[in-house]
Amino acid sequence: MIQTTPSGKPSADNANHSRARLIQALAETLPATGVLTSEEELRPYECDALSAYRRLPLAVVLPENEAQVIAVLKVCHATKTPVVPRGAGTGLSAGALPHPEGIVLSLARLNRILAIDPLARTAVVQPGVRNLAVSEASAQHGLYYAPDPSSQIACSIGGNVAENSGGVHCLKYGLTLHNVLRVRAITLSGEIVEFGNHALDAPGFDLLSLMIGSEGLLAIVTEVTLKLLPKPQMARVILASFADVQAAGEAVAAVIGSGIIPAGLELMDQATTRAVEPFVNAGYDLNAAAILLCESDGTPETVEEEIARMTGVLENHGAMAVRVSCSEAERQLFWAGRKAAFPAAGRISPDYYCMDGTIPRQHVATMLSDIAGMERQFGLRCINVFHAGDGNLHPLILYDASVAGEFERTEAFGAAILQRCIELGGTITGEHGVGFEKIDAMCGQFGPDELNAFHAVKQAFDPDGLLNPGKAIPTLQRCAELGRMHVHQGQQPFPELERF
Amino acid sequence: MHMDALDQFRARILARQALRIRGGGSKDFYGGPLSGQILDTRGYSGIVHYEPTELVMTARCGTPLSALESALAEHRQHLAFDPPHFGHATLGGMVAAGLSGPTRAALGSLRDHVLGVRIMDGEGRVLKFGGEVMKNVAGFDVSRLMVGALGTLGLILEVSLKVMPIPLTEVSLRFAMPQEEALTRMNRWAGEPWPVAASAWENGVMTIRLAGAGAAVEMACLKLGGERLDPFSARQFWQGLREHTLDFFAGHQPIWRLSLPSIAPSVGLPEPMLIEWGGSQRWLQGDADPILIRDLARQYGGHATLFRGSVSRHDVFTPLTTPLMQIHHRLKQRFDPHQIFNRGRLYPEF
Repeated sequence: MIQTTPSGKPSADNANHSRARLIQALAETLPATGVLTSEEELRPYECDALSAYRRLPLAVVLPENEAQVIAVLKVCHATKTPVVPRGAGTGLSAGALPHPEGIVLSLARLNRILAIDPLARTAVVQPGVRNLAVSEASAQHGLYYAPDPSSQIACSIGGNVAENSGGVHCLKYGLTLHNVLRVRAITLSGEIVEFGNHALDAPGFDLLSLMIGSEGLLAIVTEVTLKLLPKPQMARVILASFADVQAAGEAVAAVIGSGIIPAGLELMDQATTRAVEPFVNAGYDLNAAAILLCESDGTPETVEEEIARMTGVLENHGAMAVRVSCSEAERQLFWAGRKAAFPAAGRISPDYYCMDGTIPRQHVATMLSDIAGMERQFGLRCINVFHAGDGNLHPLILYDASVAGEFERTEAFGAAILQRCIELGGTITGEHGVGFEKIDAMCGQFGPDELNAFHAVKQAFDPDGLLNPGKAIPTLQRCAELGRMHVHQGQQPFPELERF
Repeated sequence: MHMDALDQFRARILARQALRIRGGGSKDFYGGPLSGQILDTRGYSGIVHYEPTELVMTARCGTPLSALESALAEHRQHLAFDPPHFGHATLGGMVAAGLSGPTRAALGSLRDHVLGVRIMDGEGRVLKFGGEVMKNVAGFDVSRLMVGALGTLGLILEVSLKVMPIPLTEVSLRFAMPQEEALTRMNRWAGEPWPVAASAWENGVMTIRLAGAGAAVEMACLKLGGERLDPFSARQFWQGLREHTLDFFAGHQPIWRLSLPSIAPSVGLPEPMLIEWGGSQRWLQGDADPILIRDLARQYGGHATLFRGSVSRHDVFTPLTTPLMQIHHRLKQRFDPHQIFNRGRLYPEF
């Protein structure tokens, strides 16, 4: 854990003096309520939703419009001050962890929906608009914004762009990347740049793809054009229980192999169903080793046909019991346990640590049995929820931060899971981002050449390296110090090329 | 053999002579003027990994697009973005050109389906980005940066694509209606829950392709009306549209591609116009004034590409703003510092 305070820094008068000058310069660009500087005011910004990592910034600024964002960035550019952008602070990888010599730039006050065009099916929004607010505002037109991260009540579109957020429906409807047409942003030097447009493509390199998921390292988003979709007329979900995880994994493959892309396909292990059932009374089969939630949405005809086909596939692939929701209320009930998984973890354990790796679906059973082994190795419990449709895994490691050494063991447990994700041909983060949390794991996933390329991409947008420094991409030096090398299945990548 | 191919690629790159990366040559017509010695990618081919239940296929750059599609069809899967072939297209060229077919507006673009790439950069280093999983946010999305870069950022060696099941049922409907009404209709239907997979309008006729579960498609046919095309004619039409073999594209006049917001009104030029992608992609045939066309496209919030038939080939793509061009230069500098790959193919500046 990291704890610093502005006064406790190993600084001296010099640093205090330059901080005062910085704050003065920022105050000149913003309304009085737009600059926070006292420790009491800064405290709420010391961490995002991954609260294990905390730091205080020099100041927090809250601009209200794009012109103020530009003015702030020009001050930071001139004074070489690091800038950590922040949306709603719901991120799970400490991507908004403040920089001790920098400011936090909150986009929370850029919170207006600028336009909704029902015929074009687009919404133009500021970055501080909440994800769910877009769907709420579009509902009167029969439209909605598809990506639905679990934090959608609170998380902001700017943060979604930074993290390329997904949700439980992204196998069918895609990630943020697939649902954003245009991003307007400001570079650290204060220049306006537009990536994408209201057409379906833009000339030149696909910089929009680089921006989405860039974790605030490339430019500050001030406006986003989102694609809206017609709201599905109905949805039904199948609840299927399995005697073993292997069978559940095979059933997932069979559903997809049968030619249907379910709207949602989620797996919960027994530890999870037992944790959530007392809270939600969803009627889960607590003797099942795993349960699957398999949803279809669309027109009534589509749903009827898909549910019938998927039910048949699940029954033919070892489901012990299959139930289909017969009403919207029942559908919500079946989902309630899945949605309650995180809160339930919080109720059965003082603390929990949510991991986020992706693996090829076929390895789900292997992964879950490996995690069971790690539980014994690290002496900690872990419950598993899994976006089975797209291979995105969320093990929740249960721990108690008040027990000395337990968080460190949790971190080691998490690192071991991520390492296994890499070995199984997957990735260390499916949707939560690298942030500060997984920066060391990046050394295992990428070699020096790729990491250098990432640094070059950052420099192409931010030559001064002041936007969210120390996040997402580790320095080669850091990887060397950790002694981690990118090794895939025991082999160097492209060993045949090493002789050059 | 594959190692030999990589060795040869690397040797050519290290010789630091300008190279023109080429697969089947199906898109030689596309982009800026051709220059440099040909680097033929066809020796580096083959499907590396295809797992239908993972919805992922990984193949080498020189693999013919037709071979990928045949392998997918055996498992009732396809590339949902329906890429044009324009002849003997290869995977590498398909990704470098970044072109999607008639289903693009409804089912997503080529770029949307790229999961990972392996490239050789301008110093002969092999770099791997992304992977074979759908959800992956580790590092910047460099895989998709390669899409549409026309090979200017590196030699694409291998690509992993998300593949999709072929819809169970497809029906095409035809309606007689003027352009403005067709534009409104396409946009309105796209905002309603009909299983519209593609749409096109030309010369007073709108064609709609429905795809999905059988009962849903039948219900849409009932509600939307129109004249039902027989399956053979429908297939011919959509293929002709994708491959530019419809009569509209015949002749030697230049072909412009206007990429516009779907609701942009009829651009009102005298030249013949073919509209697809629900209004977002509009083809214009004729010798129209490039400045006029670019201005029009910009006014509507889009851009215009001189897709085919340019004489000089120097102003194929819409010029970029200064800050964006600066970012392009810096990226080019990193991935191809000696300016070896496809000089001038995307922009004259690099």
